[in-house]
Amino acid sequence: MEYDYFTAIMRFTHVVVGVAWIGLLYYFNFVQVPALKNANADGTASGITKHVAPLALLWFRWAALATWIAGAALLGANFVSAFSLDTGYEAIGLGSWLGTIMLFNVWVLIWPNQQKILGMKPASDSEKTAARRIAFLASRTNTMLSIPMLFLMTNGLSHKGLIGL
Amino acid sequence: MKNPLDSILGTIVAGVILTVVFVYLLKNFI
Repeated sequence: MEYDYFTAIMRFTHVVVGVAWIGLLYYFNFVQVPALKNANADGTASGITKHVAPLALLWFRWAALATWIAGAALLGANFVSAFSLDTGYEAIGLGSWLGTIMLFNVWVLIWPNQQKILGMKPASDSEKTAARRIAFLASRTNTMLSIPMLFLMTNGLSHKGLIGL
Repeated sequence: MKNPLDSILGTIVAGVILTVVFVYLLKNFI
């Protein structure tokens, strides 16, 4: 019997780094953003913005990229079929599109704007205010998209028999 | 109308609704 160790390792890697990515996304949305609102009120926000946020963002953005690369490797020869939503690839294909949009949001909308917010890149107060709103909405968009993305990504495990997708 | 993404609950509800819409579209039109 021939084994496919490469695909097995890519599947495992995709899940592990995917947990890191989406776990940190949920941390930002469900923990850090509400906590910062309270921390700003009592003057303790700098602990989060100086020590926690940069490190969380570091793991977050690279885990996002690693998740996409491992996912693409896992699709392998089925990559084009998935992104073309060919028959039999509808669920994983749309899941892949959602994951790709989310990766774009991380690197093009969230990270460059967070650099301005956290003072890693020079920005005026008005630029920071705009950056805050863009980064917030991109992060919330990813949280929203993560729900259908995860549903469709895990499709192969159960839904074919359960809901006929 | 308020943006549902401004609240955590609104974000989750929007995600669940989007999931139902996607499943319906995939099952019926793609």
